[in-house]
Amino acid sequence: MYNPQIEAMPRNELKELQLERLRQTVKRCEEMVPFYRKRLRDAGITWKEITSLDDLRRIPFTTKDDLRDNYPFGMFAVPVREIVRIHASSGTTGVPTVVGYTKNDIDMWSELMARALVAGKTEKSDIVQVAYGYGLFTGGLGFHYGVERLGASVIPISGGNTKRQIRMMVDLGTTVLCCTPSYALYMAETAEEMGIDFKELKLKSGIFGAEPWSDRMREKIERILNLSAFDIYGLSEVMGPGVAIECEHKQGLHIFEDAFIPEIIDPDTGEVLSPGKQGELVFTTLTKEGMPLLRYRTRDISSIDEGECPCGRTHVRMRRVSGRTDDMLIIRGVNIFPSQIESVLMNIEGLSPHYQLVVDRVGGLDILEVQVEVTEEMFSDRVRGLEEWEEVIQSEIESYLGISVKITLVEPRTIARSEGKAIRIIDNREI
Amino acid sequence: MTVKQISVFLENKSGRLLELTRCLGDAGINIRALCVADTMDFGVIRLIVDDPEKAHQALKSAGFTVKEAIVFAVEVDDRPGGLASVLKPLVDQEINVEYLYCFLEKAGDNAVVIIRVEEAEQAIGALKAAGFRVIPPEELYSM
Repeated sequence: MYNPQIEAMPRNELKELQLERLRQTVKRCEEMVPFYRKRLRDAGITWKEITSLDDLRRIPFTTKDDLRDNYPFGMFAVPVREIVRIHASSGTTGVPTVVGYTKNDIDMWSELMARALVAGKTEKSDIVQVAYGYGLFTGGLGFHYGVERLGASVIPISGGNTKRQIRMMVDLGTTVLCCTPSYALYMAETAEEMGIDFKELKLKSGIFGAEPWSDRMREKIERILNLSAFDIYGLSEVMGPGVAIECEHKQGLHIFEDAFIPEIIDPDTGEVLSPGKQGELVFTTLTKEGMPLLRYRTRDISSIDEGECPCGRTHVRMRRVSGRTDDMLIIRGVNIFPSQIESVLMNIEGLSPHYQLVVDRVGGLDILEVQVEVTEEMFSDRVRGLEEWEEVIQSEIESYLGISVKITLVEPRTIARSEGKAIRIIDNREI
Repeated sequence: MTVKQISVFLENKSGRLLELTRCLGDAGINIRALCVADTMDFGVIRLIVDDPEKAHQALKSAGFTVKEAIVFAVEVDDRPGGLASVLKPLVDQEINVEYLYCFLEKAGDNAVVIIRVEEAEQAIGALKAAGFRVIPPEELYSM
């Protein structure tokens, strides 16, 4: 552990720390952010009435729309001159959202990222290749500061230029790779084309995140890249990468509870769900000065495990994110996340890990098409052989998920490769 | 006596067949016979070329999914019932023909048919015993 005093803190002490920090955060919001002052007044609550962690439930949720409505600086709790860094979301679905960090925020973020890296088996002596994008996206710089805080060597290569990524791994002896899981697979494919075997590289750990992925995908990545793969979670609104990380037991991601309070809610009713139940993940920040958030709805689907972890960390674990509420497909009444389909696909021996989902509405019916790349292994001169593959994939998906999908075999390397977050769904429905 | 057939996976997208044939042309490979099997979404192109190894390499490095399959070529009398007479010995031996197609060139007055079965050697034996001429690969590639 990077900070055992905090990471293995007895839970009763941790809860006291949370309550103290929660009161301070609500106070800061009330005093410094007009948006929250009004929200809290309308809800009839003030920070002085927060006397237990249960009182958190009396505070209204914050949504992405609230952040957009207060673009660009309306959610900041400090004057802009106190802000030392600004990040922004891409804004592909509307107005971008902007987040600001004070010096202390950057400091805390670096600490949490250092903890995350250590959980992912990174040491001071490691060479860490950060292939997340640097820039407005929090991935690159978030990792970068964590690696420097830990004292390991960082290669700030950012995303893209895949051949150079591989060359750097070979020449510099990279031991830890940080990027999205889909980019990791793309790197593996590129390395193969270059005639480089990952087994000859020095990689031992990979810290992958920024998109939902399945355990099956992990197995595939670990096998092909010959490393131990860890899932990391974060989102820019709440901080960036380093909100939660898997330890060596890989049974969920420890949420850094000295910095965040997680809740799971029913996305439809807003009701708080009990531990173990699946629902939408909600975070309240506890240390952020620049842009504190109260009960921010992430739209990510997960559950919380309060059980003890053999690693000794006392912070609760969230199950790896299975999807986003806005990624959820409803195919003829059945709720499906792309990661569930991924899981089935990864389970079929011989399939390519690259896939794409296309949703269409034909005559009022939702049709889900799963595009899968043909591999050498699948292909023969017999058409029947290929049709049998289609049938196998179709019946596997049907038996696991209860929906019938259309399988389309496409040529290798025709599904777009991503150097950042993979886009898995093309939704052609006009609703 | 068997012949190497090159099979290529093609999505049903316009221009793909053009790209494939161009790729072979650029590599100086001559197509001797061709057969397309297609479904709604994809097709399998089967080719007999003058240099199978070279064709395989050229297509593979152009990003096509390529496999080699073992087939054989047999001479068939160019008359009504000619093909039936070739199939008869195979049926007698319970050899299932997966597919067959015609070669572009004739061998003298006779037509040439490319046949794909599971048990190629057995089929060749049966046809030879029935008096048919199976064309050796070197001869076929250069026909």
